[in-house]
Formats: sequence, structure tokens, C-alpha cells
Amino acid sequence: MNLFTLFRRGSAPVARERLQILLAHERVACSHPDLLGILREEILAVIGRHVSFEPDKVQIKMDRGKSVSTLAVDIEIPNLERLSGVIAA
Amino acid sequence: MAQVLVVTSGKGGVGKTTSTAALGAALAREGAKVVVIDFDVGLRNLDLVLGAERRVVFDLINVINGVAKLPQALIRDKRMETLYLLPASQTRDKDALTEEGVAKVIEELRTNFDWIICDSPAGIERGATMAMRYADAAIIVTNPEVSSVRDSDRIIGLLDSKTVKAERGERVDKHLLITRYHSSRAARGEMLSINDVLEILSIPLLGIIPESQEVLRASNVGSPVTLNSPASVPARAYFDATRRLKGENIPVQIPSEAGGIFNKLFGRKAA
Repeated sequence: MNLFTLFRRGSAPVARERLQILLAHERVACSHPDLLGILREEILAVIGRHVSFEPDKVQIKMDRGKSVSTLAVDIEIPNLERLSGVIAA
Repeated sequence: MAQVLVVTSGKGGVGKTTSTAALGAALAREGAKVVVIDFDVGLRNLDLVLGAERRVVFDLINVINGVAKLPQALIRDKRMETLYLLPASQTRDKDALTEEGVAKVIEELRTNFDWIICDSPAGIERGATMAMRYADAAIIVTNPEVSSVRDSDRIIGLLDSKTVKAERGERVDKHLLITRYHSSRAARGEMLSINDVLEILSIPLLGIIPESQEVLRASNVGSPVTLNSPASVPARAYFDATRRLKGENIPVQIPSEAGGIFNKLFGRKAA
């Protein structure tokens, strides 16, 4: 919401802004279905080459904004000490 | 040279069937030979809007299955002798809409008609994809409302990827028909404006049909609004849309639901 919307009052400007953001993403998603799935698979493959983790302890989130989107990858990795202990044993 | 049009939207209840009937009748009124095809297998309604519901004997699926010949299934309108209807089946077997079957029907119709107008069902399932499959041009019916605009955007994507023309690397011509428009609400900023919708969907504008009692009345009595009350504001908007469809370059006016027309010419180039 900005000054313009305040002056114009009605809810149409909000509708317009929401649609513009949504459609910008859906157009990409439709031409590249399951982008998030592909990213997830490839990112995990790279990390899995160096450390071991449980696939269940991975969270991938995409936050969509108007001009920028953020991709957050949260992977829970077991402590390295314990890990080396396991390897030594 | 026959033109195959699909009237589509994604979302239901926006006015596809009403617009198919109104545009079909408007084209036929000028002497063109027109057939309107209902692709909504299981939930047909084009027969009802055209007032032909009691005259349906055979349907599109019967023709595809070879139960009936195409001329047996075509229903000639009682008011317009160059307007024909090919009804949908009321049985639920929409898988019967095979690609080859639909292709054959359209090919046969192409040799006999000037305009073949395919009334698409809502959604993006088989009925909708078959209705657009062989289209030369598409009319995307949109209400100035978020869910309708979103679904129209999706349908535009499908027209650019799933039609025979798109697969050949050609373009399906796209025309935007905005229906159920309230100019006063848009002026107060309560409804998406024409410019908002045009900017978001970025396809050329074919026409603006105002929300009107006349449209409802026409459906009630089973007669397209362009025949039932040709002088009404929505009928005139459909006639203008028809002329633009035929390539005439006439400016789009923003109709007001009050009955008159704002003489405010629309700055954009028409479709």
C-alpha cells in the first residue's frame, strides 16, 4: 500500500498489486514446473557429498516478493564430533 | 475461409456461454454462416441459452462415436437461419472427446461454415483443452476480479502451449472480452479498472460488456441478448466486439450500467 492507494481509497489497487506479484511468479512456475523440487534435489545432492544429514531435517522455503524473492535452505547437520566418532567406530 | 474461435476463461460463471450465444447470433445476423459448439460435456447449457433445449436429439459425442452424422446433430436456430448449434452430451463421459474425433468434426464444419465458435467449459480439463485445441483465435472472457484475471492468465499460457497452432510454432490470436463490468464501481476504485486488467493480461481488448439486466433477461427467455434486445447497451457492445473480430478498427467505449454510454473514448488500440 502506498500514498496513491490511500488517496484512491477503494480496494482495486490492492487487487491489482496482489495480482501482479502472483502472476509474475505463476508465469515462471508454469514454464518451469516444480522449480522448488528441482532446486531441493540438486542442493541436497551437493551438500550430501560432503556431510551426512537426514533428509527429514531439511527445510526449503521460497518467499516471494515483488522485485526479489528469497530462497531459504535450512539443513540440520549432526555435530561433527559425534560424526567422526561414528566414522572411527 | 472458416475461422475457428474458442470462447474460454478458466473460471466458471464469467459469461462464456452467454457471450458465445450473443456473438454467434450477432455474426449470423449479418449473414455469416455460424455454428456454435458446446464442449461442456455433462453440463451443457448453450442449448438453454439459445432456447433450443427441447430440440436436442443428437450431440457432439454421438457424432464423434459415429452414432449420428454431423448434419443430424446440428440444430438450426429458429430465428436466425444461418445460426446452428452443435450441443454437448449430457452423459458424463467426457473422455469420449477424443482428439481425432474433435479434429474430424471441426474439419467437416470448416467446409460449411464461416465461423465455428467453441464454447469451452470452465477449468483446464479435457473439455477445455479440446475446445481450444484447433482454434485459430481465442476470446478470453474475464470479469474485473482477481480470481477471474488469474485464471485467464493461466488459460493464455495454455493457448500458447497446448493448441495445434502453438505446437506448429504459430500464434493463436487472443482477444480479451471483459464482462460484468460496473463503470461506477471501477471509478470509485472498488473494482479493477479496464486499464488494470489490460496491463496485467496484456492482450488486445475486444470489448467491454457491462453488467446488465438485459443479459439475464435474454438467458431467461432463451434468446441471445443480441437478438432479444439488439438496441440495449450490452447488445451494442457485443455488436461492436463482432465488428472488431472481423478486423474493423473501432474504438472501445466504456459502457455505463446506467444505460447510456460515456462518450469517453478509450485510448487503447482495439483488438
